[in-house]
Amino acid sequence: MPFIPHTDEDTKEMLEAIGAESIDDLFDEIPGHLMIDSLDAVPEALSEMQITRLMRERAAMDGSPLCFIGAGAYEHHIPTAVWDIATRGEFYSAYTPYQAEASQGTLQTIYEYQSMVTALTALDVSNASLYDGASALAEAALMAVRCNRRQKSRRILLAPGVNPTYEKVAAAIAGSQGIIFERLPMDAGTGNVMESLDDPREAVAVVIQQPSFFGTLEDVDRLTDWAHRHEAMVIAVVNPTSLALLEAPGNWGEQGADIACGEGQPLGVPLSSGGPYFGFMTCKQKHVRQMPGRIVGRTTDLDDQPGFALTLQAREQHIRRSKATSNICTNQGLMVTAATIYMSLLGFEGLARVAGRSQQNTARLVAGLCAIDGVERLFDGPHFHEAAIRLDRPVSQVLAKLAEQDILGGHDLSQDFPGLGDAMLVCATETKTVEDIDAYVTALGKVLMEGSGR
Amino acid sequence: MADLIFDKSRQGRRAFAQAPQETVPADIPERFLRKDTALLPEASELQVVRHFTRLSQKNFSIDTQFYPLGSCTMKYNPRACNALALLPGFAGRHPLGPVSHGQGFLRCMFELQEMLKAVTGMQGVSLTPMAGAQGELAGVAMIRAYHDARGDSGRNEIIVPDAAHGTNPATATMCGCIAREIPTGSEGDVDLEALKAAVGPQTAGIMLTNPSTLGVFERDIIEVESIVKDAGGLLYYDGANLNAICGKVRPGDMGFDVIHMNLHKTFSTPHGGGGPGSGAIGVGERLLPFMPVPIVAAKEVAGETVYDWLTEHDLPQSIGRLSGFMGNAGVLLRAYVYMRMVGRDGMRRIAEFATLNANYLQARLRDAGFELAYPSRRASHEFIITLRHEARDLDLTAMDVAKALLDRNYHAPTTYFPLLVPECLLIEPTETESKETLDGFVDALVAIASEARDSGTRFKQAPYRTPVRRLDDVKAARQLDLKYEPGEP
Repeated sequence: MPFIPHTDEDTKEMLEAIGAESIDDLFDEIPGHLMIDSLDAVPEALSEMQITRLMRERAAMDGSPLCFIGAGAYEHHIPTAVWDIATRGEFYSAYTPYQAEASQGTLQTIYEYQSMVTALTALDVSNASLYDGASALAEAALMAVRCNRRQKSRRILLAPGVNPTYEKVAAAIAGSQGIIFERLPMDAGTGNVMESLDDPREAVAVVIQQPSFFGTLEDVDRLTDWAHRHEAMVIAVVNPTSLALLEAPGNWGEQGADIACGEGQPLGVPLSSGGPYFGFMTCKQKHVRQMPGRIVGRTTDLDDQPGFALTLQAREQHIRRSKATSNICTNQGLMVTAATIYMSLLGFEGLARVAGRSQQNTARLVAGLCAIDGVERLFDGPHFHEAAIRLDRPVSQVLAKLAEQDILGGHDLSQDFPGLGDAMLVCATETKTVEDIDAYVTALGKVLMEGSGR
Repeated sequence: MADLIFDKSRQGRRAFAQAPQETVPADIPERFLRKDTALLPEASELQVVRHFTRLSQKNFSIDTQFYPLGSCTMKYNPRACNALALLPGFAGRHPLGPVSHGQGFLRCMFELQEMLKAVTGMQGVSLTPMAGAQGELAGVAMIRAYHDARGDSGRNEIIVPDAAHGTNPATATMCGCIAREIPTGSEGDVDLEALKAAVGPQTAGIMLTNPSTLGVFERDIIEVESIVKDAGGLLYYDGANLNAICGKVRPGDMGFDVIHMNLHKTFSTPHGGGGPGSGAIGVGERLLPFMPVPIVAAKEVAGETVYDWLTEHDLPQSIGRLSGFMGNAGVLLRAYVYMRMVGRDGMRRIAEFATLNANYLQARLRDAGFELAYPSRRASHEFIITLRHEARDLDLTAMDVAKALLDRNYHAPTTYFPLLVPECLLIEPTETESKETLDGFVDALVAIASEARDSGTRFKQAPYRTPVRRLDDVKAARQLDLKYEPGEP
């Protein structure tokens, strides 16, 4: 019996102590007609040797292609130590630190995480993480409604460069509380928010993603000041790697963004088909009591020694029930552990090098691709480590041809942005060598040449 | 000294092997660039490894201690589940990668959906919710979408028993509904008269955990079903306690329309110090069109099975997307490996031995003089003792016992939940613990109680042997210190 330690003798003695004849007797309060006999749709058990073989075969089917897709999840080098330590049983198999004295490892790690994320975003307080970047935006939107008492509407404005999936997720999660998301107009030349904007008409908040979904850089200072002038809060959606290069949300404009959130995956979390990742969220001090999720604080114990505990729990569902700031219960503890180790190993300088190399690699890739006939860059202006390009034919066919050569050439934008034509997003992080980039450029050149019969 | 990683930081120190070897100037105009540096640690690789290894040693965990935290199902997390989910083909796969480079992964997900349908008796499964609470959100959103689609949009009340997890009423609020609490009867079942009085044309549905958080099976489940359904409401099954019935009874057969499963409980994915969870949902016929996307489908193409995504284009009535991609894929892989290793017959043994362990522990503690909250009832996979007499007569509270247990190297049970039982300990041993471990735990509880009774020992100051002593929660909340500031002691 996998993972069950009982011998027949144990079972017999335990039933005697209970005063039951059989294990089945223990289920005698359940109406008999509801009991089932077997689960035919579940296969017979496999040994570890057998399941290992099966999973290796399946993992091998998915291969190890050369990947130039970003679009919200980024391939970065992950130091071996990150997951070696994060998967130690003491981190891996512990739970939410309800018993603080027996959970100082997890609690101190979260405190250090909060310190690092507030430093990166230049804001005052951080929670212990949320599920992922997209759901973090949903929670940020709900939080803005709670914080911004000056606006009675529930309208939230999104810059055109906010990840389209984030909007879908935010609408699915926050929509039933009456929150409405509207897009600000896009400047076709830059992909950013239009220069001249109408008044935001009682918007609760403006969401600015930097770098944008297209990798472009918004004029965040101008937008932040514009939003604040109209008594809208500013929610920054940021890539944590980029914060080693780009201005931090807390320093945007005159007053800084009010809430920052985003996808934590670039900080040492594997791509793993989309999760588990973690969403981070930081804000100004005055909004801390409206923040969702766990928060860890430093305090002292009976001997006046420093220690760590969950704090401000009166915001949370297990205390406030239907009046809680959110229904969220867990954070993404294990991923936060990994991210804290990652940030500790890289430091600011290391992170800046990762960011700088990624930016340079993408610039090189885009220059190479755009030198091919039939390929053009979509938006002017500076980019971080991602860019949109337009092809002279449907993107899906081209990507399929590249995939046959084990090159994942980018993310097709035609579903979410049909107005942009045959466009796709490409990304080359620090993991790509000059040879990798050249291989992609050569392959795309051949695919386009063959397709056009030239 | 708290001995933070920041205390080890020295300017110019780095883990040199872990970042590109040279700094390249970014081709970005000055006005976009950061003017300061963020205060991240500057430490060597060894310092970082040692720091976090030593921090880990300050945790209690399943791998190091018995962890009978009620309602959390702290069972053994098989090591193979982790190792196989992190195989390079899986760990390195981009979520937006083409299905041509994802057939291995997608096949695992499809088969997981099918196994979860079988175990729960539901008609459809979506794996995308990222935690139990998000599964709840999906479930209640689907219930609302169902009523709305029928033009029955006045239904905005969700009935929740008073013993429910806090996430239930909080979820109702998140979904724009009103949570209506109903009381529990003296033996732990839902108060049927109160339920009858609560239902009406405003009832969207009921959220029920069965076995309940009181550790007993809801015996009147069929009556509950007919009362709610006759009123036009739907039934939501909170899968927090699925471990108690896995392979024995199925929520689908009990009449539930929608359920969430906590894969980190029943299917043994790691709790990770508070996540990641995974809250896959299952639905009956009526809610199939409303499931969150994406979902994995199997198609026959030229005699071969090909796995692909179903999106909002395939399910236009879907409540939408809940995560940036497809949810906690790596957690789902771990659950898949676990289910394949446990297999068909093992599924029912989960419930059988979890229930055996709980009833054994309940009988031993009752015989040792502890008061059971529901003495006339079988335990499910967990049960409650109340220390109200010990608290009154010996000044020995549930909190004191919890802390005293830590000194004896046991993680404490869940304390002060459910809220309706005074001075309670909710104890869930799980099926992976041996009889010797349970016996040792009984001995520890007996020793604590007799020390209090016979020697007058008070445990107000416990624990003594943990890395820190009892912490000042009031100070933590009043003098907020939520991050490191340079120059602090």
